[in-house]
Amino acid sequence: MVDFRMPSLGADMEAGTLVEWLVKPGDQVKRGDVVAVVETQKGAIEIEIFEAGQIEQLLVETKVKVPVGTPLARIRTGSDAGAVSVAPPSPVPIEARPAGAVPPPAQAAPAPALPHPPPMAIAPGAPRRDRVSPAARLFAQQHGVDLAAIVGSGPAGAVIRADVERSLEATTTAAEKKRPIGLDLDAMRTAIASAMARSKREIPHYYLEHQIDVTACEQWLASTNAARPPEQRLLMGVLTVKSVALAARRFAAFNGFYRDGRYEPAAAVHVGMAIAIRGGGLAAPALHDADRLSLDQLMTRTRDLVARMRAGRIRSSEIADSTITVSSLGERGVAALYGIIYPPQVAIVGFGKVVERPWVVDGAVMPRSIVTTTLSADHRVSDGHAGALFLAEIGRLLQEPDKL
Amino acid sequence: MTATAQPGIIELTYRDAVREAIRDALRRDDRTFLMGEDVASYGGCYAVSKGLLAEFGPARIRDTPLSESGFTGAGIGAAMAGMRPIVELMTVNFSLLALDQILNTAATVRHMSGNQFGVPLVIRMATGAGRQLAAQHSHSLEGWYAHIPGIKVLAPATLADARGMLWTALQEPDPVLIFENVMLYNMTGQIAADAGPVDIDKAAVRRSGRDISLITYGGSLWKTMEAATMLAAEKIDAEVIDLRSLRPLDDATIMTSVTKTRRAVIVDEGWRSGSLAAEIGMRIVEQAFWELDAPIGRVCSEEVPIPYPSHLENAAIPQAPRIVAAAKAALGRS
Amino acid sequence: MSTNLDKPRLSRPHALELLKQMIRIRRFEDKCAELYTQEKIRGFMHLYDGEEAVAVGVIPVLMPRDRIVATYREHGHALVRGVPMTTVLAEMYGKQEGCSHGRGGSMHLFDRSTNFYGGNAIVGGGLPLSVGLALADHMRGNDAVTVCFFGDGAVAEGEFHESLNLAALWKLPVLFVCENNLYGMGTALAISESETDIERKAACYRIASEAVDGMDVVAIEAAARRAVHAVRETGAPYFLECRTYRLRAHSMFDAQLYRDKAEVEAWRHKEPIVRFQGWLEANHMIHPDELARIDAEIAAEVDAAVAFAEAGTWEPVEQLTRFTYAERAA
Repeated sequence: MVDFRMPSLGADMEAGTLVEWLVKPGDQVKRGDVVAVVETQKGAIEIEIFEAGQIEQLLVETKVKVPVGTPLARIRTGSDAGAVSVAPPSPVPIEARPAGAVPPPAQAAPAPALPHPPPMAIAPGAPRRDRVSPAARLFAQQHGVDLAAIVGSGPAGAVIRADVERSLEATTTAAEKKRPIGLDLDAMRTAIASAMARSKREIPHYYLEHQIDVTACEQWLASTNAARPPEQRLLMGVLTVKSVALAARRFAAFNGFYRDGRYEPAAAVHVGMAIAIRGGGLAAPALHDADRLSLDQLMTRTRDLVARMRAGRIRSSEIADSTITVSSLGERGVAALYGIIYPPQVAIVGFGKVVERPWVVDGAVMPRSIVTTTLSADHRVSDGHAGALFLAEIGRLLQEPDKL
Repeated sequence: MTATAQPGIIELTYRDAVREAIRDALRRDDRTFLMGEDVASYGGCYAVSKGLLAEFGPARIRDTPLSESGFTGAGIGAAMAGMRPIVELMTVNFSLLALDQILNTAATVRHMSGNQFGVPLVIRMATGAGRQLAAQHSHSLEGWYAHIPGIKVLAPATLADARGMLWTALQEPDPVLIFENVMLYNMTGQIAADAGPVDIDKAAVRRSGRDISLITYGGSLWKTMEAATMLAAEKIDAEVIDLRSLRPLDDATIMTSVTKTRRAVIVDEGWRSGSLAAEIGMRIVEQAFWELDAPIGRVCSEEVPIPYPSHLENAAIPQAPRIVAAAKAALGRS
Repeated sequence: MSTNLDKPRLSRPHALELLKQMIRIRRFEDKCAELYTQEKIRGFMHLYDGEEAVAVGVIPVLMPRDRIVATYREHGHALVRGVPMTTVLAEMYGKQEGCSHGRGGSMHLFDRSTNFYGGNAIVGGGLPLSVGLALADHMRGNDAVTVCFFGDGAVAEGEFHESLNLAALWKLPVLFVCENNLYGMGTALAISESETDIERKAACYRIASEAVDGMDVVAIEAAARRAVHAVRETGAPYFLECRTYRLRAHSMFDAQLYRDKAEVEAWRHKEPIVRFQGWLEANHMIHPDELARIDAEIAAEVDAAVAFAEAGTWEPVEQLTRFTYAERAA
């Protein structure tokens, strides 16, 4: 059985409309017989068949426009004699071919680059100058910029206008450039908006809440601080940060970066401390290697970060370094804080206010200091089970403040 | 042609030089012959072939009927069958009647036949304006022909080139078109008495300079040299490049010059739009953009069929003062 | 030993050969039609069905040193001249094993070894070329004839007149063969020519001429022998008008709105293969088994050509700009 297909009749024929069948099923045909009439953009053309045999079935009705190559009829050829007759196939869906599509040559290799004339070799002795675009030259001239000092970003290292613009900006605002993000509250807000929007867009957050008894921490802090001058006293904040850092060391799924569709657990634990300043500034610069710092060191570093934050001297690298973030709004009085993860991190731990609450200890009800601790985590990387373990670990660590 | 006081140097016209080139070719190679309208009995429309009929006979200096397509095609066929014909199309204006044979046969046979047949044919044509011959007799279409792959296009502007390019062209296995500007035929100069074949693929620096590259060919060369002299009086040192070959273009010479001077003005007697000057300008942008200190300029014929009265004709085609003005504009001077 | 080239020798072997050559062209063109509908052959393709007698009658009369210029409807001419069917079909596929390295396609078949100077897609474009080839032979004293095939459409082109004039003026050995199939693409002769008796135009240029029934291969061979002999003897051109008919459309993509089917059918009954085979059968000069053998041989040759073309290779794209200029030895 062979198919008789809509023939290509010309270089620009893509489809044809069958207007008349000149044969019917059962007719015998031989090579060269005209079997149908096809309407093309040039007019009606009779089409011939190149097989010999019997028309088994007509597949396409008249008045239908079909692409070149579409099967129009089935022909039972001599070689089919004695074959078991097959049930006629269900109507073959007509594949649309994109306009102008040509079956690719069987052995065509992907078109390689054609040899181009070699780039002009400058004759020896001709002066070799750095490349500077006309637009760059003009701008430099207008603004008194020294071209020699500029590194180009254009084709083959050419200095283009944007390079000169950047250089100009760098030199005239050099002083401003030393003061970082901190003091430009507008820029900071824009950055926060962008980061938070992206976080909510891209990161599937899940949220867990854990009530942690920090009575032991308070007692320990009270006794420790009693023997220290004020400037060396520790705050609850360093205990919570340290416990998060140690837990993050154990639970790698919460300490790292999700980038390019993959999670990369971080080798170190740099806990970002969310610090807010008057006026609306907010950033979470890193306490580097927080898991290995002593509480005193953490305290010192925290004080330093806060001071620098207020002075607007946080470097953007310090924020980018954070592998997990801790945010505490306890002093503001909120019971719990559900944070939004700072991408590309994958977790943020929130601490609410430490509140004295009736609590059951060893079967008896007594007042205990409880802090609601939350975990917002990236469900692409971890799930609730791991999150619960992570939070539980934080809770466990906070029961032994002297070991932090 | 006359001898001069210097031994071995003769004085002659451009016309004489071309005639000598033809004579030399016919003497050296008996496959060579000249064919065209009025080349034999009349002695050539521009008197280039005067006297050759008597020397070589009617089979080799062959008058043709006014059948540009027919005899250009015949030249192609003869070349394919082993001869080395020189077809003379009286002017580029009439060559349009033979354009089909030039483009669809001469330029394409090698390719269409898969390299089985080549066409070693030379076609000479007069070209250019300046004699008040009006619109149909004043074209400069070298740029059109330089557009076609498969042929070579030459524009001899000096006596040495008029004398020496023809023989080299006849050795080419592919068609070569030689354009002789009508304003040059009367030009007088001196060459060596034994001046012979010259190369046909390199441009020539006719005047070395530092401040600007003036790139030109054919009849415009001498106006450009005149412009260079005028510029020198204003302390502008122009380098003048004579392209000599329009296809292929000698990019290396052009770019070396532009790299040195950082400015270019192209002088081309074709109409400005879509001119050969546009092609050269684009090549400079592609290959020497970073060397430029100014936009590339061009001086071409104005967008008008060439008019009859001399003041209008002169205004229509490139002249030295316009070249000077364009050069000064490139230097930011007015 | 001199052979009298004037008279056709219609021996049985020769008659069978004439028939075979015509059938061979017909079967090849038929296969080309099939392959074209399958998009194996692309672009423009012009088939020779009905006109086979002209190529088969004229070309075998020529010597290897003679030269042939043809048109875009030149498959039959190339085959009869001896360009291998394999390389002709490979050329139409665009494969580099084709006779023009795959660069030309159906309309640009060239073969140096058989002095076949192409296919030409410009109507009338080959006429000046043929004059030039003959000019070279004339100037070199070569005993060669250039045969230029062209259609009735070319007669309208200026190049036709320029070429006939030049050939007569310079007395060049060109045999002009006009294959008058009554239509220049879709334009009937009477709509194109004020003088439809094409032979008469040659007389205006003082070229000896003859008109012959283009459907009669024997008549054409006889006329061709006379013509070629005359050209060789006199060195002057000759003009042969072969009155023939094109059974298929101008090209594959032609609705033939310009002629009616009854006319085509009428010509189909007197086309050259039908006529000659019928005549041979009526005169008992051919047996059915010989016909079967001819068919089988041709079918095998066509199949082999298809296999050759299918197996052919595409020229690498990196070689795109080759053959524009002669290649210098490195």
